[in-house]
Amino acid sequence: MANIHPYGCFTHAIVRGIPESFGKLAEGGEGAQADLAKAQRQMGVLTGTLRQKVGLQLIEIPADAQLPESWRIEDVAVIQGDTALITRPFKQQRRSEAEAVRRVMSELNLTVVEMGDEEGGSAGATLEGSDVLFTGKEFFVGISKHTNHRGAEVLADTFKDFAVSTVPVCGGSRLKNICSMGGPDTIIISQSEGAKKTLRMMEQLTDHHYDILSVAEDVAANCVYVRSPAKVDFLLHPTAEECPDSIPVFQRLTDYTLLPTACSEAFKQGGALSSLCLLINKKLGC
Amino acid sequence: MTTEVGTETDVKKEPEKVQEVQQQTDQPDKTSDGAAPANAEEHQQGSQSAEAPTEQEESPEPRSPTPAGEQKKEKGISRFLPPWLKRQKSQSQEKESESAAANVKDEEQEEKGIKETSEDQPAEVKEVTGEKSKPEEVQVEEKDREEQKSVGSADTQPVREETEGEPDEKHKQQVNAQETPSKLTKKMKMVVCHVTLLDGSQFTCDVEKRAKGQYLFFEVCKHLNLMEKDYFSLSFKDSADQRCWLDPTKEIKRQIRNSQWQFAFSVKFYPPDPSQLTEDITRYLLCLQLRQDIASGRLPCSFVTHALLGSYALQAELGDYDTEEHRVDYIADFQFAPNQTKELEEKVVELHKSHRGMTPAQADIQFLENAKKLSMYGVDLHHAKDSDGVDIMLGVCANGLLIYKDRLRINRFAWPKILKISYKRSNFYIKIRPGETEQFESSVGFKLPNHRAAKRVWKVCVEHHTFFRLTSPEQPTKTKFLTLGSKFRYSGRTQAQTRQASTLIDRPAPYFERTSSKRISRSLDGAPVVNVAGGDSMGVGENGPTLELNSDTKSKLRVQGENIYVRHSNLMLEDLDKTQEDVLKHQASISELKRSFMEATPEPRPSQWEKRLTGSPATTLRLQVSGSLEEELTSLFLSKACFSGLTRSCSTTAAPVEGSKLSALPEDPQKTSPHPENDSRDGSKSSEVIPDVNGQMEVVEVLEETVVIEEVVKAKPKSPAPEVTTEIGTAPEVKEEQSLSSDSESEDEAEYHAQTPSASFCVQQIKEEPEEEEAELNQQAPPSDAEPIRETESSAIEEESSSAQPDEGISTEEVSMTPDEASNGHVLDTEDPPATEGEEPHIVNGNVSRVETERLPQVICCSEPPVVKTEMVTISDTFAAQKTEISTKEVPIVHTETKTITYEAAQLDGNGDGEPGVLMTAQTITSESLCTTTTTHITKTLKGGLSETRIEKRIVITGDSDIDHDQALAQAIKEAKEQHPDMSVTRVVVHKETELAEDED
Repeated sequence: MANIHPYGCFTHAIVRGIPESFGKLAEGGEGAQADLAKAQRQMGVLTGTLRQKVGLQLIEIPADAQLPESWRIEDVAVIQGDTALITRPFKQQRRSEAEAVRRVMSELNLTVVEMGDEEGGSAGATLEGSDVLFTGKEFFVGISKHTNHRGAEVLADTFKDFAVSTVPVCGGSRLKNICSMGGPDTIIISQSEGAKKTLRMMEQLTDHHYDILSVAEDVAANCVYVRSPAKVDFLLHPTAEECPDSIPVFQRLTDYTLLPTACSEAFKQGGALSSLCLLINKKLGC
Repeated sequence: MTTEVGTETDVKKEPEKVQEVQQQTDQPDKTSDGAAPANAEEHQQGSQSAEAPTEQEESPEPRSPTPAGEQKKEKGISRFLPPWLKRQKSQSQEKESESAAANVKDEEQEEKGIKETSEDQPAEVKEVTGEKSKPEEVQVEEKDREEQKSVGSADTQPVREETEGEPDEKHKQQVNAQETPSKLTKKMKMVVCHVTLLDGSQFTCDVEKRAKGQYLFFEVCKHLNLMEKDYFSLSFKDSADQRCWLDPTKEIKRQIRNSQWQFAFSVKFYPPDPSQLTEDITRYLLCLQLRQDIASGRLPCSFVTHALLGSYALQAELGDYDTEEHRVDYIADFQFAPNQTKELEEKVVELHKSHRGMTPAQADIQFLENAKKLSMYGVDLHHAKDSDGVDIMLGVCANGLLIYKDRLRINRFAWPKILKISYKRSNFYIKIRPGETEQFESSVGFKLPNHRAAKRVWKVCVEHHTFFRLTSPEQPTKTKFLTLGSKFRYSGRTQAQTRQASTLIDRPAPYFERTSSKRISRSLDGAPVVNVAGGDSMGVGENGPTLELNSDTKSKLRVQGENIYVRHSNLMLEDLDKTQEDVLKHQASISELKRSFMEATPEPRPSQWEKRLTGSPATTLRLQVSGSLEEELTSLFLSKACFSGLTRSCSTTAAPVEGSKLSALPEDPQKTSPHPENDSRDGSKSSEVIPDVNGQMEVVEVLEETVVIEEVVKAKPKSPAPEVTTEIGTAPEVKEEQSLSSDSESEDEAEYHAQTPSASFCVQQIKEEPEEEEAELNQQAPPSDAEPIRETESSAIEEESSSAQPDEGISTEEVSMTPDEASNGHVLDTEDPPATEGEEPHIVNGNVSRVETERLPQVICCSEPPVVKTEMVTISDTFAAQKTEISTKEVPIVHTETKTITYEAAQLDGNGDGEPGVLMTAQTITSESLCTTTTTHITKTLKGGLSETRIEKRIVITGDSDIDHDQALAQAIKEAKEQHPDMSVTRVVVHKETELAEDED
């Protein structure tokens, strides 16, 4: 398929600013203790890294105070090739976050697929992007509190070229909290028991082989891998303060350009590095 | 034979008929004569290997006239003789021959004689064919002969069975058997087959009504000029409109039943890497299949992929985009997607423009490179429900079994993880290898809509497993051997083999035209919509025939391969009625075995393609032998001595009675015993053993065991209902049948087996009322269904030949020799007894004797004439000598470790000395159980004033190392003692034969 490439080729990143209401929950109420300024600072570092170090085109959607969780932009869309599936987050209140994202997608000439309410069958479907691990060859969808089977089905319908496997998420609250891609054939995964269970299932379900990079801390399991047009492997990972035990593991990736990027504030809110951005490949034949 | 060629040609009214057609048409005829077609098929193996040596030594041309002529004379007379008389005659011939070797040869000839008698016409037709065939077609000819042989043996089979059946009927039936084939041959019913090809065109082909699937398939491949044909197959729609694959080794008619003779040529095994296909034409056909799959929605893909694949298809068919020629709607005739939109068409055109300069072959390659990445590429989906009744889909593919719920993959079982695939009624089960942390294997069950669906998915699984599994990168060095050995899993070649074979393809790339795939002509699964004249659309290869032959030759290998494939499937067909505890226990012990079996590289074998092509019997042998991991032979000698006066009067008076008894019921070897005492004991014994076996289905667990139990089942039809009427132990007999039928109910197959008690008559039914019989069979089991059973039966025979046979070989020898020594006593006694005697061992050997010759080397020579000898030391020597001698010829491959231990009770043995007594009676009784085959050989000799009854029991314990052989042996000895409390055990010879793990080098 024209749209099957090794994982990691991205040209664009979409981020959304940290709102004033950071730390609040979409449905109302307070989340974990939040340091807005720090969160915004960390966000700034991330965007800077993506733009300047990795060399992606960055599209920043302005923050919206009405949408306290909108910074977790990963949840609202799943993008593969030139198709973007606008998801249906578990929290009703978060569904309006998609508005701005949808507009950007259209501007980028992506084929936007909705799994909204108009599809009668998907009425009960929920899907959040942070429960979706795309490996370049297939999709794994974590069945979690936020994502159900129906949601995964819609995803499978949208991306028909790929196998879509469902895996239980036991360790973290979302699939991406326990694992992420660390290269075209590399999965970084936490050493927690739950993560191991999920990994076993993934290994059973896949037709492909992946190298497994096992990290001690949960937070280290979520990284952002980008292979730049110049064929440089970039790995954005949490800093040494956040995951001291996992740094040596990352350092084994000798060919990589490692980019420690703090995300402690996002992590406190249940997010991670990858939660903060949507990655898009607009260039065919990366 | 050759002499009759002339007349035969006259008889033949259709000289223009292609030789191949004849060959093909003959084949079914014979098959119909066989007890069961599959049986015939399998026997081919046995007979082939049994006869091949002599055959090949003689010449590849028709048999030398002299023996043929002799046989003919004999045949001429014997044709009118009741079979038992005929038997007797040949038997007596045998007696006259001096050496064992001569004996063997005689037997062979006799066999041929019988074969030819019953099979006169077809055999002759064969010869004619052979004469006509051109030199370069020798291979076909040979194959012909091979088939003929198989036919022969297949025929021999029913004849023998009949011998066991009621004499009167038997005679009639045999006459029928002789005549039917000739009738059939004369009026070959031709049927027109319609095959929808992948480009939507129709191929029409006349086939004989009884032709096998393979024939039609080869015809189609020839028409298509396709050589890499193993990825493809023919399918048809059954009554429930389900797509079924046509089994190449089975008659078409039996498979399609009442459906139309309408087939679709399609890809069965989707090569995971199409770039590895050798020929463009193969890739082209695969493209056509995939385009069909995509257009029908069976292979889902995204918009982008639809567009891309569509554009490659356009490039392949139309060439470069031409602004002049290709107007906007030039692609409107193509279907790229189930729901084709204008938008898609535009995208396709856009992409098509970008492919400028790409050749059709390149476009096909690009098409396939993209299509193969689709997640549903090559996945054969089947509707099912999981244990909770939730709708799921089972997807069988190159890598294993995928489980889908809706469109989501919820589980996946790679082939290496699957220990067993089975089905039972409408349930389909897989047994999963335990993971690193798990202790026990787990079973996963699925509910299919019906029994046939379960069977279908099981079959597809077994086939895919076999076809693809052996290419696993873990054993790359053994690929060569794998290639050779992997035959046995399913009837075709595996991917590895077909790849290897493809490398031998040496022909200029055949010209073929890419037919325009019009949207209208697209039909799913070959429903005939538009018929493009198929005949000319593809260039038919000129150099095809020679190559064709090559591939033809593998058919016999297929057949022989099937045994093990079946064995394999037996393994999979495990009983599921056991308690969970039992299952677990068994699993624990057997998991290892199975694992090794599933993963086993069939022992590396040195034979190369050439060897296979010549159909060396060694191949057969090897396959057989490889099955039995370990054999143990136990002989028990029980002897009883009493005063002659008594016994003499006894025996003389008893003898005539026996004689009459025997001639009245010659079908019952178990019942025929010289000594009333022993008689009843043996009779009851054997009937005890059998129900036992049938009762506990546990047996099916281990490879060998399975086979053994099947053997028992098989034996049933041969010692059929008449048994019940015999004077001994009616009750046990009945019980036996009951247990059999209950057995049948518990197992799927059993449905078929339930009928087995009457199976001996089925033979005739097949001949006389083919339609009805077929319907009957089919009713019990779908066409494919029937085969495992049958195959099983025959594999059982093979198995027997590899394990039990050794004894039998010996016993025959013994018996046929002993009358020699003591013929006086006999002849004086009465006329009848010797006759029956002569016949008896024959009956016993009936089902297996054709394998004897080759198995003899394996035979453990601890057997002795009834004359008692004191030393047994020579045994191993003899064995070794004989073995090496023959092994150079046929059995070079399997290395077995043999060990013979003799325990003798000295005091009694002294009695016998070397002094030859006068043989009074001798008989052999065979019975099988779980994992043992017991051959009881009773001889009564008269020495001086003493009459000695010597019972020799040969117990073959077959099985894998997991069987406790010592215990089995002890049990066997104990049983023997119990059965003959008045006798003493004088000698126990334990012969242990273990197959060495690694062969070669």
